[in-house]
Amino acid sequence: MDLLTRARRPARRSYGGLASHLRDPARVVFLALFGLVAAGWALVAFDGGQFLTLESVVGIQQRSAALGIVAIGQTLAILAGSLDLSVAYLISLTSLVAAEIMAGQDRNAGPAIAAVLAISALVGLVNGLVITRLQVHAFIATLGVGLIIKGVVDHLYDGPAGKVPESFQLLGYSRVGPIPVSAMLWAGVAVVAWFLLSRTRLGYRIYAVGGNEEVARLSGIRTSRVIVITHVLCSFCAGIAGLLLAARLGAGAPTVGTDGGYELESIAAVVLGGTALAGGRGGVAGTVGGVLLLAVLDTLFNQLEVNSFAKDVVRGAVIVIAVAVYARRGTRRVA
Amino acid sequence: MKRALPILAVLVVLLAAIAIANPFFLEPAGFLAFLKRAAPLVILAAGQYFVVVSGEFDLSVGSLVTAEVVIAARLIDGDESATWPVLALLIVAGLLVGLVNGVLTTKLRVPSFIVTLGMLLVLSGAVFLWTGGAPRGALSEGFRTFGRGGLGTLPWSVPILLVAGAAAIWLMRADFGRTLKATGDNERAAALSGVRVDRVKIFAFMLSGLSAAVAAILLGGFAGVSAQVGQGLEFSAITAVVLGGVVLGGGRGSVLAAMAGAVTLEALFTLLNLYGVSGALESTVQGVIIIAAVAAGAIRLPRKPTPRRGDAHAAS
Amino acid sequence: MPRPKAAVAVLTVLTVLGALVAAGCTTDKPTATTSSAAPAASDQASGTGDQASGTGAQSKFFVQADFDAQLAMRSQTPEGPANKPWEQAIAPKMIDTARYKKDGPYHLCFSNAAVNNPWRQVGWKTMQAEVGLHEEIEKFTALDAEGKDDKQISDIAELQAKGCDALIVSPNTTATLTPAVKAACGKVPVIVFDRGVETDCPVTFIKPIGGYAFGADAAEFLAEKVPAGGKVLALRILPGVDVLETRWSAAKVVFDRSRLQVVGVEFTDGDAAKTKSIVSDYLQRHGTIDGVWMDAGATAVAAIEAFEDAGLPVPPINGEDQQDFLQKWKDTGLTAVAPTYPTYQWRTPVIAALKILKGEEVPEMWNLPQPKVTSENLPAYLKPNMPPLHYALCGCEDLPGFPENWGGKRS
Repeated sequence: MDLLTRARRPARRSYGGLASHLRDPARVVFLALFGLVAAGWALVAFDGGQFLTLESVVGIQQRSAALGIVAIGQTLAILAGSLDLSVAYLISLTSLVAAEIMAGQDRNAGPAIAAVLAISALVGLVNGLVITRLQVHAFIATLGVGLIIKGVVDHLYDGPAGKVPESFQLLGYSRVGPIPVSAMLWAGVAVVAWFLLSRTRLGYRIYAVGGNEEVARLSGIRTSRVIVITHVLCSFCAGIAGLLLAARLGAGAPTVGTDGGYELESIAAVVLGGTALAGGRGGVAGTVGGVLLLAVLDTLFNQLEVNSFAKDVVRGAVIVIAVAVYARRGTRRVA
Repeated sequence: MKRALPILAVLVVLLAAIAIANPFFLEPAGFLAFLKRAAPLVILAAGQYFVVVSGEFDLSVGSLVTAEVVIAARLIDGDESATWPVLALLIVAGLLVGLVNGVLTTKLRVPSFIVTLGMLLVLSGAVFLWTGGAPRGALSEGFRTFGRGGLGTLPWSVPILLVAGAAAIWLMRADFGRTLKATGDNERAAALSGVRVDRVKIFAFMLSGLSAAVAAILLGGFAGVSAQVGQGLEFSAITAVVLGGVVLGGGRGSVLAAMAGAVTLEALFTLLNLYGVSGALESTVQGVIIIAAVAAGAIRLPRKPTPRRGDAHAAS
Repeated sequence: MPRPKAAVAVLTVLTVLGALVAAGCTTDKPTATTSSAAPAASDQASGTGDQASGTGAQSKFFVQADFDAQLAMRSQTPEGPANKPWEQAIAPKMIDTARYKKDGPYHLCFSNAAVNNPWRQVGWKTMQAEVGLHEEIEKFTALDAEGKDDKQISDIAELQAKGCDALIVSPNTTATLTPAVKAACGKVPVIVFDRGVETDCPVTFIKPIGGYAFGADAAEFLAEKVPAGGKVLALRILPGVDVLETRWSAAKVVFDRSRLQVVGVEFTDGDAAKTKSIVSDYLQRHGTIDGVWMDAGATAVAAIEAFEDAGLPVPPINGEDQQDFLQKWKDTGLTAVAPTYPTYQWRTPVIAALKILKGEEVPEMWNLPQPKVTSENLPAYLKPNMPPLHYALCGCEDLPGFPENWGGKRS
């Protein structure tokens, strides 16, 4: 299969018939999502409750917004054949930076956002450069950078700090009808990323590098630069998630990222959405579906009051089964 | 052996630094105590090495250790006569978890990162589902002897460590080691030259599961029942392996160096502790060191013209 | 680089979203009310950092007034039924709840921070059993935030939609849950327990005396039992957790006043293996340690074993009311004390909620007694055949399903 079709497959491909629809993991995950909502509705109704109330719909979105934004960034990194384990620590750091700079003052929101984005860009740049220039495996590079951030944060902070002004907290709480602003922010980030991947040359290069770095290099793509850029973008997303969480919590918290398990959960959401962990295949739409699937599952667990240990078992099984299903489809297509 | 030299040099420097700060370290009892403490991580690193060198990851070892200790406590429940059957069961359970990891990775073509991440969640959930949230029961004295007791001043952990280490080195020198490395280096080429790639990988995962079981027996023995005994061990084990110069993505590195990496990591923690580095900054130092170690290895050994980053975690 | 036309498209999408926001914006966030509770870190922190005692600088979490109040509470006699400490209150200031009165049956809701440690497990089982005692509770809905602040904020919002008659909250962290609790206060009577929030809008806040009393109980015991000049090792779980900082800061005050020498303050992460290693290292370095202070009991047995394995007598030590420690204490005759942070406090919120819904008075600040286990009362607290990480002060012995539901065995 030549590079072009391989690179463009995720975003641009004309599908014919149901069978080929089902081959696209992004569609599978949305079908699974609808199936889960239907099953959840039935289960909860049987239990004597109502599954999709206004509050639970808002809850699903609120619950998934931060993870969703991180997962979009993670999608970019993974598509380029990398991955980022530092996002959780970066989220904690940026939530603190935001809340500390804002210090309860409306007028400080601008500088705070700028500082968060600058720090995120810096961390992403370091991740990218360590991977490309020092040739350190992404797993170790981002784990190492994450540990460095963790040490600094733990050393400087021993509890929630800073204060987010009421006006900025609206980001975390306001909504238009059933749609929270945080979900719109997530949608905005997703649209930008989708656009980037499917309509720009950079997106094309990301797929090419993730698909086969060697071939990409030979065809004239500066692979290192692409990888650095995806890491900067991934860190940006983590920074935005940090801002959102600061708005939700009204303060910065040194453990908000790790408590949320954003590094592994974002990777799980990305692969659940059908993006190949090896890179080069997948896309943003699948990730959005993956995040929503996890959130609906969570809400269903909430409604049925499943205990947290059973949740872990189900989550673990769902992730493995989903990826196994995609892998089987992939095999069949090749065959 | 050649590949293990740099890490051994670093290790010697660290050990010397520890000895300067704490002369007791040079006495047999002091050094043996250090080895006893390092033993579980070294054994885990050896297990992780097999998986990493075949081109895969095993993220499930930490929660497997916790699960094994909790299972042991509940099944033994303070009853001495249950010690040996439960020990056997733990070994079997470790092998079984490895088998499942391996089969899912190879036969269903799910990347091992995801398989073992899923296994991590399933294990930690299932074991506490079974015990109702917190560990129950108790370990027997017999069970605890392995991690706690010893022969005079020689803790049992040390001979267990030596046997495990020797076995790992022997395995890598045997046919299995050669095929394992070939598989990690280039799976397709290995398959074409007649290596049963799937079988080799499954066996590597089973060795990792086995090492987690042994580590659990030592850790549970050392400090008793705890709900968080295995926390973070998967990352420590991978860090140790990488510190030893083993390349994520497979094919390169020696098991001796991986184990030396684990001892180095433990020595590093001991040293930081001795020099009173704040607990928080410990992780910063750790982060810098693993990046530096891997970067140094990559720059010093540009044996391959291109980095294999892209397909490193492909593993499918 | 993106082509201009495309950039316009993206901008349009964002503008549309922006317009939507402007058009009909609703917010689930409460309007600003100034927080009334004192901030955790205040300037009152006394600067008595007596370096000579080896305890380091005082924690920024230390508040002298709270410290004095808690230490005074220890000697006060609580009001309420003598055999039910979970219904007792120390120096209660009762408030009227007539405006919340309504007819049963009731639907209670509970937003739980987590069930991720044995203390919370024991408490959670105790609370469920307490709910089972009351027929007037028709429904009990509980959501577990799994230790995530963000999830707990969503959980609290979601619970408000379930038609709860009262909402019980055990906050994951103090500062960050405050806005969510404020929002809930407007709609339903709220009961907060364990950790507090920085607002007084909940009807009642239930807690045992507190961390200062815990830390001081243990430190005073050591000051009494360890000979003057003796070396004390302080083991803490981690820095920066409010409920643990108070324990240590109180102990620091006591040690600074005593003639003991604190040779080390170490963090164990609550990990038994690490605890044992740290204690072994200190024994190596100092030869002997004459006393061990701990901010939580979970790893006390590991610390004791370090002495045993080194062939040394176990010095005076404090633990907590965890089964393995109490058992060890009894079996080996330790010189020990176990201050507690009783899990029976998980019963009280349910009782409080029912009182409020029936219009009965409740204390505004419900300070529960916080007994300590001593050699004299050890036999009364140590129940046989409970799991090693069970907490003895669960107040659950009279509840249905005991001991099986708590992992114990009937013998």
